[in-house]
Amino acid sequence: MSRMRITGSAFPLVDASGALLDNIDTDMIFHNRWLHITELSEMAQHALGNLEGYEDFAARVKPGSWVVAGRNFGAGSSRQQAVDCFKALGCVGVIAISVAPIYLRNAINAAMPAAQIPDLAGAVEPGDVLALDMEAGTLTNERTNTVLQAEPPISSVQVEIYRAGGLLRME
Amino acid sequence: MGQTIIEKLVSAKLGSPAAAGDVVWLPQDVVTARDFGGANVVKNFLAAYGADAAVFNADGIRFTFDCNAPANTAGYATNQQICRDFARRRGITVHDVDAGIGSHLLIEQGLAIPGITAIGTDSHYNILGAVGALGQGMGDVDVAYAFHTGQVWFEVPATVRVNVSGKLAPNASAKDLTLAIVHHFGSGGLLGRAVEFYGDVVETLDLPGRITLASMATEMSAVIAIIPPGASVLDWLGGRTNSPVETITADPDAKYVDEVTLDLGVIEPMIAEPYSPASVRPVRIVAEEGVRIDTGFIGSCTNGRFEDFNEGYAQLEDGGVAAGVTLKLVPATREVYGQILSEGLIEGFFQAGALIHNQGCGGCAAGQVGMTGEGEVQVSTSNRNFRGKQGAGRTYLASPATVAASVRAGRITVPEAKR
Repeated sequence: MSRMRITGSAFPLVDASGALLDNIDTDMIFHNRWLHITELSEMAQHALGNLEGYEDFAARVKPGSWVVAGRNFGAGSSRQQAVDCFKALGCVGVIAISVAPIYLRNAINAAMPAAQIPDLAGAVEPGDVLALDMEAGTLTNERTNTVLQAEPPISSVQVEIYRAGGLLRME
Repeated sequence: MGQTIIEKLVSAKLGSPAAAGDVVWLPQDVVTARDFGGANVVKNFLAAYGADAAVFNADGIRFTFDCNAPANTAGYATNQQICRDFARRRGITVHDVDAGIGSHLLIEQGLAIPGITAIGTDSHYNILGAVGALGQGMGDVDVAYAFHTGQVWFEVPATVRVNVSGKLAPNASAKDLTLAIVHHFGSGGLLGRAVEFYGDVVETLDLPGRITLASMATEMSAVIAIIPPGASVLDWLGGRTNSPVETITADPDAKYVDEVTLDLGVIEPMIAEPYSPASVRPVRIVAEEGVRIDTGFIGSCTNGRFEDFNEGYAQLEDGGVAAGVTLKLVPATREVYGQILSEGLIEGFFQAGALIHNQGCGGCAAGQVGMTGEGEVQVSTSNRNFRGKQGAGRTYLASPATVAASVRAGRITVPEAKR
């Protein structure tokens, strides 16, 4: 099988100074008042609805975007909706300096590419085309032509589940 | 080669040696879903495996309705009913809206004992580290998969060994120790790690205190914090199960990714300020700044045991809740409620002006107890104070004693020594 290379356009989540936001928690991503929603299509509009400055994310983000963030992305609850809401918007996946463990699992299980890139700070501008090579565990910024390494590396199980199209499609 | 506790636990489950970094398919003893996430689990399960698909073992599965109990929105009520229907058709036990917090039920019912594996749609399932079990909060896809197969994929985490030294001040408790530790490591400070806690100040904690500490592993983004059960915890657990109860200990030559010695000296009452559980300062300092409060909350999986209510109660014995301030109490489980009742605390709390609610998760998630309005200030014993989590107000996290002393004074206040 050919290498799995996923390409999308960067949508960085940043503070006023332009630095990637750390500790974006699951209540900022998908607030607990919407937890009763089980339909993917209804989840989309609430994505990042509780993150200051990004309340209108659902209207602004274009399909094919990478959600790009700082440290400890997705800290907090186990809600799958915090992954599903991005999928519902057609986002490609999540690239962050680090990702909270439960969030990372949920992304992997939903076959949403997610990678932890320690050297991400300052390396991505809005709209940059980023290509994630799932097997090599590398992220290429096609504008700057830099290659960054995922660390910890993307695990074999993540690749396997991605290839199957999600945990629930695994044999 | 020597093994850490989590390596031993996983190896025992698999019947073959496992080490940090290995990705394994880990069998689960208990798989649960709450009202939060439960309906999504059912939906995923049915879509993936079909309407007539069987679960791996009906006895190993529980539904626990603790988030929104009883349901206060039609959406939650419908989701709970979806779970009930699914459970009835398959002979699965439902701990309904009258039971309490799922993770605490597993401990009370002797299902969570050292060495077992459990998952649930609750990010604080690693609370089971308090009894030396491997609990993991997972999303509804993982749980649906485990309903069907009885296992989940698991990357064995590297372990950080933490030796804590220090002594609790007479007006401090496990929550103050916990907040001091969260402050030390920070929100993402133990990201993806297992933790083993040692040291006198940890080892002398009773089970409720261990639950408090283990519960906030999530707030440091750890996979789990294991506090190896000592004799008194093993005795307590032994009274709840017929299975043998034995602590898993790390090998002397176990390999740790990091060993941290944390000397906390005299641990005084601590408080986490909005909007991060790691924004911790001594209550003494915050109190000096004069923080007026509107409401207090005692409960949650972190501080919802009888001992927690007793600790708060002691601060209210000779004085009630200040005028214009409210105190909300939510016992973790029906058993805890029964203890508060039989020990006579309910009468005293009532006379002090407190509101006593039914058991459950209370203000966390979209619960009906403890929501705050714009500008409202809450002091809570729960574990998270993210912006907007418990409404539009500002939430401080503290011990039951600090919460009770603060609602009594109407402002954030250092509790009196009661032990």
